[in-house]
This record gives sequence, C-alpha cells and structure tokens, in this order.
Amino acid sequence: MGIPVPMATRIPVRITVNGVEYAAEVEPRLLLVHFLRDNLGLTGTHVGCDTSQCGACTVYLNGQSIKSCTVLAVQANGGEVTTIEGLAVGNDYDPVQQGFWEMHGLQCGYCTPGMIMSSHALLDRNPNPSEEEIRHALEGNLCRCTGYQNIVKAVQRAAELRAGK
Amino acid sequence: MVAEKLVGQPLKRKEDPRLITGAGNFLDDIKLTGMTHAYVVRSPFGHARITSIDTSRARAMPGVVGVFTGEDLAAVNPLPCAWPAAGGENNMNTPRVLALGEVHQVGDPVAVVVAETRYQAKDAAELVDISYEELGTVVDAYKATLDGAPQLHENAPNNVAVRWTCGKDADEVSAALAASDVRISQHIVNQRLIPTSMEPRGSIGRYDEGTGDYTLWATSQAPHVHRLLITAFILGIPEQKLRVISPDIGGGFGQKIFCYFDMPLVLWLSKAVGRPVKFFEDRSENYLSAAHGRDHITDVEIGASRDGKITALKVDTYANLGAYLSTVAPGIPTTLYGRMVAGCYKIPAIHVNVTGVYTNTAMVDAYRGAGRPEATFLIERVCDLVAQETGVDPAEVRRRNFIQPADFPYDTGIGMLPYDSGDYEKALDKALWNSSYADLRAEQARRRAKGNRKLLGIGLSSYVEVCGIAPSKYMGAQGWGAGLWESANVRIHLTGKVVVTTGSLPHGQGHETSFAQLVGDELGVPFDDIEVEWGDTLGTPFGFGTYGSRSLTVGGTAIYKSTAKIREKARLLAAHMLEANPEDVIWQDGKFQVKGSPESSKTMQEVALAAHVAYDLPEGMEPTLEATTFYDPPNCTFPFGTHICVVEVDADTGEIDLLRYVAVDDVGNVVNPLIVDGQVHGGIAQGLAQALFEGAVYSDNGELMTGTMNDYAIPKASQLPVYELDRTVTPSPVNPMGVKGAGEAGTIASTPCVANAVIDALAHLGVRHIDMPITPEKVWRATSAR
Ligand code: FES
Ligand code: FES
Repeated sequence: MGIPVPMATRIPVRITVNGVEYAAEVEPRLLLVHFLRDNLGLTGTHVGCDTSQCGACTVYLNGQSIKSCTVLAVQANGGEVTTIEGLAVGNDYDPVQQGFWEMHGLQCGYCTPGMIMSSHALLDRNPNPSEEEIRHALEGNLCRCTGYQNIVKAVQRAAELRAGK
Repeated sequence: MVAEKLVGQPLKRKEDPRLITGAGNFLDDIKLTGMTHAYVVRSPFGHARITSIDTSRARAMPGVVGVFTGEDLAAVNPLPCAWPAAGGENNMNTPRVLALGEVHQVGDPVAVVVAETRYQAKDAAELVDISYEELGTVVDAYKATLDGAPQLHENAPNNVAVRWTCGKDADEVSAALAASDVRISQHIVNQRLIPTSMEPRGSIGRYDEGTGDYTLWATSQAPHVHRLLITAFILGIPEQKLRVISPDIGGGFGQKIFCYFDMPLVLWLSKAVGRPVKFFEDRSENYLSAAHGRDHITDVEIGASRDGKITALKVDTYANLGAYLSTVAPGIPTTLYGRMVAGCYKIPAIHVNVTGVYTNTAMVDAYRGAGRPEATFLIERVCDLVAQETGVDPAEVRRRNFIQPADFPYDTGIGMLPYDSGDYEKALDKALWNSSYADLRAEQARRRAKGNRKLLGIGLSSYVEVCGIAPSKYMGAQGWGAGLWESANVRIHLTGKVVVTTGSLPHGQGHETSFAQLVGDELGVPFDDIEVEWGDTLGTPFGFGTYGSRSLTVGGTAIYKSTAKIREKARLLAAHMLEANPEDVIWQDGKFQVKGSPESSKTMQEVALAAHVAYDLPEGMEPTLEATTFYDPPNCTFPFGTHICVVEVDADTGEIDLLRYVAVDDVGNVVNPLIVDGQVHGGIAQGLAQALFEGAVYSDNGELMTGTMNDYAIPKASQLPVYELDRTVTPSPVNPMGVKGAGEAGTIASTPCVANAVIDALAHLGVRHIDMPITPEKVWRATSAR
C-alpha cells in the first residue's frame, strides 16, 4: 500500500495495446495490469496475487512476456502490449488457444490467459519444446485446477498446430 | 441411423471459447455505473481489545465516500453457522461483519473505507487510526484446550467449540485394543492448508432505492444458500428482496461455499452510500481471512492381528476451527471425518473422539475433500503402520481388510450411510498391475541390499469417499441446517433449442458441457442446441450449489429426471400427432416412433413446435415442454480406488524425486472422460502438494507466516509428475445414471499415497512416520537421527 502520494501527480502515457494506440494520464503508481483492466476494460488479463508469483497477469510488452502486475503503466509508455484479447485473429484462435481447448488445458479458466501468453512466448523462443522445457518455462504461472498435465499437452499440441500439423 | 451417444465422449468444453479469449466474466471484471470500491482495515493482532477508532483523517482523504466501523453495523447480526455437530456439544461463536470490541485473529475486519477508486480506498485505509490493547494468543488446537491458555470466547471454556464422538463406546474399544496381538499408537498431524483458488474472493452490492431490492454479485459456490443466509439471518430483510449472482468463478475448492463478512457488508454499504460497492480481496487478504482447511492433531491407537487384520481403532482428534465457526465448520471434522475413518475396511471396533477448538487463526472449513482427506490420510497411514509392524506387505494389509463386493450396501457402524457399491480389490489389483508393483518391490529390495543411497519408496492409498452428500433427512439428523437436494429445470423452446437451469454452480468443473451431454442423449437434441444456465437466483429454482462432488450425482440426476418427464409428455403428444395409440409409440434412435413402423416418426423438435404453438394438443395437455425436478437422493455415493506413488529419496540430502504416479479410480459411470481425468489430475496435484510442499504456518502471536504466495508453496508445473490414470467402473445403484462423483477423489487419495511412499523409502531405517509437508529437511533429520 505504501505512503499516499499526491493525487495531483499525473503523467501522460501513450501505449499501443493490441494494435490500438491509447493516450491517458495516469498516476505514476498505476500498475500496467490495472491500466489494461480498469482504464481500457481489457479484463482478460487477471490478477491472482500481490507478490508477482501467479502469472495470471502475463502479457506481451514489446515482444517479451511480462507480468503486468509488476510493471507500471508509465514504464510501458511508448510500448506495444499484446493481451489475451489480441491473440485470436478474427474468429481464428491462435494455435495456443486451440491447443488449450483441445487438450482440456483449463478448468476454471482464471490462470488461462496468463498461461496462454506464457506458452505463446515459450513457443516463440522454442518452437518444439520438450516436456521438461515446457514445465520449466511455465514455472512463473500457477494453476490450481489442472495439475498441469493437460497444460503441458496443450502446449505440445500448440507446437504441432504452429508447425502446420 | 442410431445417433452416437454424447455421454461417454471426451467432448471439448462449451465454456472454453470465452475463457481462452479473455472474454470470461469474473467478479472483478464487473463494472457498474457509479460503482465505488471498498477496502477493509484489518486487525494486525491475533487477539486484542479495540480501545478506540478515529476515522477523521481517512474521511478527509480524496475520493472517500464513507468510512464505517463495527459500531455502525452494530444492528447487523453476526454471520450464521449452519452446521453444528449433531449430538455433540456446540459452543457457537461466529464472526461479525465488522469486529465490535474485540478481534480474535490477524485479518479480522475492523473498519471499511469506501472510495471512488480502489487506490483511493487503500490510501485512506492507511489513515484509519485504531488503538488496540493486546491480549494473549494461542494458535495450536491442543494447547488452546489446556488450563491457562488465553480464552477467545466467554461461552467456550478451554476454547472448546465442539465435542463429539462416534462409533462404539470408548471402553469397549479400549478392551478390543487390549485384546489385540499387535498394538500401535501414533501421533499424526494433518497440517493446515490454504485452498488458494487462483481467483481470490469478492463481492459487489447494489441497492435499488426505488424498489428496495438488493443485488449481490459474489464469488459464490452456492448463491441460493447465500441469499438465504444473508437475508434471513444477517440483514433481516425478506429473502425475495435479494438477488444473488455468481459470475464465472475462478476456482473454489470449498472456500467459496461459505458466507463471508463482505457479502452482507457490500449490501449494507451500498444502501448507506447510495451507490454500488465492490470489494475484491488481495491475495494476502485471502490468505489471512478466507477459510483454511484441515489442521488436525490426532492420536490414534491401533489394534491388529499378526496377519495384518485391523481389530480396533481409537481416534482422538483436535480439530482447529480458527477464531470463529465458519458456515459449515463443525460438520467437517465430525460427520465428514469421524464417520469416514473406517475407509475401505471392515474394522470391528472403532471409537472417534473429536474436539473442535477455537484459536487465534483464520477459520477452518471445508477444503476439497472436506473431512475425507483427513480420514483417508489417517486410515491409510494406519494400514502402512500395521504393515510395518507385522511385516505383511502394505498391499496385502489392505486386501485382507477390504469390504468385499458382496457386502454392499455396507454399514461401517460409525454412523455414515451405507456404502453404495464397490469392488476395492479390483481397483487395487489394477493399480498393482499398472505400476508393476512386484517389480518395484524387488528393485527396492535390491537397492536396500546394496546399500544404494537412492532409496526407493512405494506408497499405496486405497480410498473410499462419500459424495453427493444427501439425503436431506440424513443431513438434517447430522445437524445440517437445511435440505441438500438439488433442482433442475429443463425446457425445450419452440425452435427446438434447450435451456437447462441448474442449482449446481460450476467453477471449473465443466457443467455446461457434461450436463449438455446428458440432456442431448435423453432428448435427442444436438449438443450445440443446449444451453446450461446457472448462478442467478432470479433465473434458477432454489438449489444448494456445488461442493462435495454433488453436481452430477445430485444436480445431474435432477436434470435427468426432468428430461424423463419431458420425454414422457412429448411421447404422448407425438402419439397424438401420429394418430397412434400412446402405448404403441416408443422413443428409439432419438425419435418417437410407432412400434414396428419406424417411417412413422416425430423428432423432439417437431413435437416441441407442436407443444408450443398448441394448436392441437391432446385433451387436457398443457402447452410447452418443460419440467422442473427437485431431487433428493436416497443415499450418498461412495467413489473409491487405489493410487500408487513411487519416489526416490536421496539418503544424503533428503531430496525427494517423484518417479511415478499411478491412479485407478472408480467414479461410477463417466459422462465426459476428458473432464473426469482433469478433475483427477488437479485433485492429485493438490493432495500431493499437501504431502510434500504446502502448510500454513502461524507464529505464536497469531501472525500468518505463510501470508503470501511467496511463502505458501503452491506447486509449479516443474514440481509435479505425470499422472498415469486408469479406471474401474462400478455403477452406483443410488442414481439412474450410475454416477458417483469425481471432484475430490484425487485429493483424497494422493496425500497419504505420497506420504506413504516417502516413509516407505525410509522404513528399513526404522522411520515410522513423518509429519507433512515432508520436506527434504524433515527427511534428512529423520534419517540422520538414525
Ligand atoms: S497477478 Fe500474480 S503475478 Fe501478476
Ligand atoms: S484453470 Fe483454474 S487455475 Fe488454472
């Protein structure tokens, strides 16, 4: 919570989210995740913790997957963000979304947007990860429902789909 | 053509498209016009008297709409406890919406700030000045009962909330113990857990001045029950003036069954400030004050014969219930634990004594499995202790004590309803086969003989649990403060599309899919034409919600029965349309056909249209195809199975490697195997995590040391094994679909399975028991002490 800061302090930012540029004046302490959720209404990005553990808030910032609860909106100034809402092209799901659906990689779906974004980032780096690499890469994303087995399968399936299989 | 049955198919889930695209609608996603935000000021002390509260500085902060304390809500009743332990002593104390005079745990809500934004509410909350006079604290359930321990509540001497027993008379069981050839006693701690659904809890209240109606959006596994409790017991408003809505719920695991302070609070606040009010807790608030699970201290005395038959069991358990009684807290360590300690075994003499205790900690209530994990952990550790003491193989000990298929329905003699059906040996044998058990034991012997420092451990757990908790009459006799049936309305619209409304409340279990599968088969309607609606007291008949793996067994059966009613009415109408005798019209291949002339038929959609336009109905028939069922089952269901875990323990470092995890579960008939497997996976993960990683820890002064995800060890993908699943299918005779329930089995089975595996690895060193979580440090201490 910290020491209250003078509310008057507002900083202008320009952030491109899912291809659309937004301009806003924000408090310096505003977290990127709250900017996305509260200012832009992009509520697909979730908050599951207050200590940067759960990864439910994972988005892309300038091509890198980050935990948006751990970045200030002002730090994203001038940047490009992709959220779960920006992944599907029209009615076509991204292969990672498709993989999660086919393999039952989600139950309650709360961790899922972050899980999908992290998996997407993994496949960008490593298009054909081993099971161990997948489990390791997803260490920053917690899921309480699935026990992870079907998430691993979902990522493997997504890798296949991306390879056109 | 015979339409392929939907039931039994691993169909992709209907709910997923919205969830994989970020279009789910969770509580914190909801924004209402004019909505304000509440932030709660909580006690930093485990036990203290509030001497003064000054809200003036907070009120002066920007954006603040109002600041309220317990005094302001003095006229509001405390939260109810709806499940006292029947036949026992209950010294009831429940929390107030905001504390009044005294706090009893760190995190007790003391004041609330309502502001334009959440950030502003938090800022102002910092400036609510509260003075406390600290009082003594106690966090351990056993120590709390000793003379001289700090007292939490006046009406609960020695902090005893509940005293309860079941089974045979204590003396009789002592005599049976004395007469047993083998006697073992063991102290066993089942540590406290924090459920940790990935979505924390929250609520939004809106009061409509014009109509006097309230609306509550809540992360609730049981919206109808919450409406009842909030209106009739807490706020004292007419039940029909409150509508409760559960949006998409990000996991619950029991924690979202209960009625929490914030639910009546946001309603009260909304009326007070004249605007909607949202409360959504931070993860650390969730850890501090939402209900925890387990936390038992048990001494067990075991009598057995030399060939491994259990002859007597005497159980003395201290159940930590926290600072107050949560909604159904006393029922968990009594009916759902005490009455299940026999497990899958015929044990002639059992006595269970349970003391539920107040301590300066978060309330404890049902957490995935609720009582059965504690019971199963106990009895499955007992089996291994007997094996170790007698030298009989652990698998053989189980086999020798099993209730046999011919014994069902079987009464364990400790007050549980009779077990419905089972073939425990079949599941055991399948698990032994799938794990190559004999080879594993041979490998273990080889390693031991060679003095290999990589110790192999093989753990078993044969479990039975009780699901679909009901019937109302039994539960009423157990102290449960309401019925426990379930409702379903099914209707076929003019266009042939089907809407199902259920009193069940999915929060990850995929009801929209499974229920559509069962309805599709029964009504001959395509899967995509069926919509399952839930979670709004306005649109659904009263229902009890989802917990205790009851959704398919009780809620699903209510749906099934509604479809049967519709089909019968539709058959009569079809006969009328076909100008046939009703006796000659049958439902076959998804159509109504005249016996012997299949070309003369009507589809359900055709009949639905006729039923709706109602131009030509048989004499006395009402229009439309719609049926509601309130289903109260005759018994519970009792899923079972055997899990086997293989671990490698490093004798020098205590490091534990999970080599294999083999599960054979019998959940009766399966509607969607993909979903059932998913439930088992997740269940195993949670139970396994109790064995090896998780544990809530309090300091002596009542501070939660594991208050964030940084300190509380939720398992990660890299820490969990591959689950090798298999099934046996023993249909339940209790319901027409023969289903038993699958939501909790994995959690119940896996904790003792994994603990037994690690202890088994060390058994030849003389290690008999290690309390959970079994960390490398504990293993190292246990082995290096030898
Ligand atoms: S919300 Fe948990 S890591 Fe960001
Ligand atoms: S699906 Fe529920 S937390 Fe992952």
